[in-house]
Amino acid sequence: MNAAVTEAAKPATHFTGVEGMPERASGLERLSNPRELDTTHGVILYLEEITVSFDGFRAINKLNLTIDRGELRCVIGPNGAGKTTMMDVITGKTRPDSGRAFFGQTIDLTKLNEAQIAHAGIGRKFQKPTVFEYLTVFENLELAMKTDKGIWSSLFFKLSGEARSRIEEKLELIRLKEQAHRPAGLLSHGQKQWLEIGMLLMQEPQLLLLDEPAAGMTDEETERSGELFLSLAGQYTLVVVEHDMDFIKQISRKVTCLHEGSVLAEGTLEQVQNDERVIEVYLGR
Amino acid sequence: MNKTLTERLFGPKAWTALAAFAAVMLIVVPVLNLAVPEGNPLHLSTYWVTLIAKIMCYAIVALAMDLVWGYTGILSLGHGVFFALGGYAMGMYLMRAIGRDGNYQSELPDFMVFLNWKSLPWYWVGTDSFLYCMALVVLVPGVLALIFGYFAFRSRIKGVYFSIITQAMTFATMLLFFRNETGFGGNNGFTDFKRILGFPITAPSTRAALFAITAATLIAALLLARFIVTSKLGRVLAAIRDAESRVMFSGYNPLPYKLFIWVLSAVLCGIAGALFVPQVGIINPGEMSPANSIEIAIWTAVGGRGTLIGPLLGAGLINGVKSWFTVAFPEYWLYFLGLIFILVTLYLPRGVIGLISKERA
Repeated sequence: MNAAVTEAAKPATHFTGVEGMPERASGLERLSNPRELDTTHGVILYLEEITVSFDGFRAINKLNLTIDRGELRCVIGPNGAGKTTMMDVITGKTRPDSGRAFFGQTIDLTKLNEAQIAHAGIGRKFQKPTVFEYLTVFENLELAMKTDKGIWSSLFFKLSGEARSRIEEKLELIRLKEQAHRPAGLLSHGQKQWLEIGMLLMQEPQLLLLDEPAAGMTDEETERSGELFLSLAGQYTLVVVEHDMDFIKQISRKVTCLHEGSVLAEGTLEQVQNDERVIEVYLGR
Repeated sequence: MNKTLTERLFGPKAWTALAAFAAVMLIVVPVLNLAVPEGNPLHLSTYWVTLIAKIMCYAIVALAMDLVWGYTGILSLGHGVFFALGGYAMGMYLMRAIGRDGNYQSELPDFMVFLNWKSLPWYWVGTDSFLYCMALVVLVPGVLALIFGYFAFRSRIKGVYFSIITQAMTFATMLLFFRNETGFGGNNGFTDFKRILGFPITAPSTRAALFAITAATLIAALLLARFIVTSKLGRVLAAIRDAESRVMFSGYNPLPYKLFIWVLSAVLCGIAGALFVPQVGIINPGEMSPANSIEIAIWTAVGGRGTLIGPLLGAGLINGVKSWFTVAFPEYWLYFLGLIFILVTLYLPRGVIGLISKERA
């Protein structure tokens, strides 16, 4: 956990809680409690005894999970193990029936809505790449950029030179510079995945949740994604849900295997792969 | 492909066209109507002036529809109610302005005398003031849209469910206005207006002035809409249309955005209704009929959604054809309208404007 230690030691300068919340613009947001992300204990995400049921079916069953700051965690598990539901809980899309979900020491995720959680510093990539198809690649990144997201500041928004260079920097990183002014709908599947990752980075999140980021990518694209994620770990915290074991092998440091809504095994890829129960339910003999 | 369609539609050519439109509507039409004597072949009759003004009012409504449907993906099938409420607010002033010149020579509007009412109901108080009624033109549709929109959007009602409840809203309001006890003239509505701000309402000069105000309002509405859709707010609206969950997870709360454009759209409809009533001379609950609201959506679809200019063309085209068609073959109009809608949906998904920009490309 070297990365986590160095990251925790660094003062969290560029993050100031729910800064930029449009308090003037939308009175509806005022109920939120802007608090700073506090990761003094080195932990960025706590899930405690989380349970979610849909019509009696327990999609998540007393799930306990902690993620350290700067970690790159892979989450594996068979279909229906609760991986996507877990992400829904973390991002506010689904409210847990019971249990606690904290971002850092102080931010209670079960009390915030999707937009507030995004502001607090959690970015999410969907399983199916979701970009704004009629907007250009550049405009997609511009919309995602961390800034005041109230209506009045959007109406009178002017792109500053500094912001433009930040967007261009990300365009370079996700290798879409040539496509910057094409509508995002014209990108290939893999490129859309990359654009969505670029959009997450524009939000300057602390924690990135990536749901099957390598799905639909060519082998070469998958490998490049792996390199990208490895370079992001440390600076950001990443939680990657994947099925592609080769990809996991490339990027994994610590792996969590979910089964029927709770953690079945956790450890290095080797430990998890050799776990009897994991072999039983997921990897197959 | 560096620019969005709206930006391309507002190139130098479009600005020239807009300036030409402004010159024609604000100068040429009033001059041809007022200064050129009636016998002259260049004379533009009051019939035409009124017809064009009416269509321009509809064009404002189509523009308002494009903001919510074309840009934000919220299909309203109840926009007629906002138009009618703006019209009723203006109508209240016009009814009061009749004064004692009505059939019963009473201070009360004729329909109230007919109902044996002795005094004005509380919600008519102050309506003899033009300014107060102009405030109502904006506030009544605006507040109704705000309340309705807040609950609908907060409950995340979307797509066809939203469309159905807007349809129910206009239908319910229509039934309310049909009742004589509601105090808005029942099924006859308001008519027989005499004057506006002291000017006789049927005088050619009054009509020409109202015509010019309508044209100016249409241009102002178009420029305002353009400012909005080319701003970052406009891109957020398009993003809500295309992937609302991504918008939320990007840190935007869609609720204030949807409410903003929804209320603005309703207010534009209210203003259009207020311009419509003095020129057409009548407002009744028929304006709130569900079919009217559906027709608004058809103008927008025929012209081309998400283009601002398209819906203006659509409103002009459909209503132009309608005014001819309903005289020539009155009983077939609705079939014809339905046919146009089907053909446009099948063959011109981007509307008339899509056809034009395809030609150009």
